[in-house]
Amino acid sequence: MAEYKQDRVLDCTGLLCPMPVVKTNKALKELQVGQVLEMIATDPGSMPDMEAWARQTQHELLVAHQQEDGKFHFVIKKTH
Amino acid sequence: MSKETGKRRLALVASKGTLDWGYPPLILASAAAAMDWEVAIFFTFYGLLLLKKKLDAVVSPVGNPAMPMKMPFGPEAFQKIEWPIPNLLMSNLPGFDSVATSLMKQTFKKKGVATLEQLRDTCVELDVRLIGCQMTMDVFGFARDDFIPQCEIGGAATFLEYAADADVSLFI
Repeated sequence: MAEYKQDRVLDCTGLLCPMPVVKTNKALKELQVGQVLEMIATDPGSMPDMEAWARQTQHELLVAHQQEDGKFHFVIKKTH
Repeated sequence: MSKETGKRRLALVASKGTLDWGYPPLILASAAAAMDWEVAIFFTFYGLLLLKKKLDAVVSPVGNPAMPMKMPFGPEAFQKIEWPIPNLLMSNLPGFDSVATSLMKQTFKKKGVATLEQLRDTCVELDVRLIGCQMTMDVFGFARDDFIPQCEIGGAATFLEYAADADVSLFI
């Protein structure tokens, strides 16, 4: 797994589409370029959606995987 | 693509104002805006009701024959039952639509779906252009003051000019 130090943690557990993407985008706006956001979600759709979101916004998705507890774990670096 | 900003652009027509059909345009718009796309929604005909200050969208199973009729409460096995209620019966039971509306709202809340109000607020916050149809207002007798102040009022040409440079255009 990529090494990172998160500047903020965002909990999107229990939320369905499009809220994980919407809240991630909002949280990232409040960070500085180069800072790192960690996001946790339970919506299985958040995996393909966060990947698409990262491609579209060109922020860097450092981590995107499903944890052993079934939750989805994302780490995003703000690039611009 | 937007000539001014170089961003991708989404142009939506929202033509339906029921609780169920209010979701797709607001979900797509807020997701696109969260991806830094430019977005406009043209609210026309019944879709215009989604711009009312007080959203009171309802759903009717009548005319939606594929709608799963499930209960949002009780034991898990009970919740999975699809109740075989004939359309003819539903359409003749007074108050059935308000029951269905209440059940859908409960189900959505329980599953973690945002409300239409929350999604609309998100769109406003993300600078989605919300265009109410002037002609629909005239036809159905609405006033500017019936709608949220953040929307603008326009016509087909207003929307089409925006949609001419869109990467994605959808009619919902």
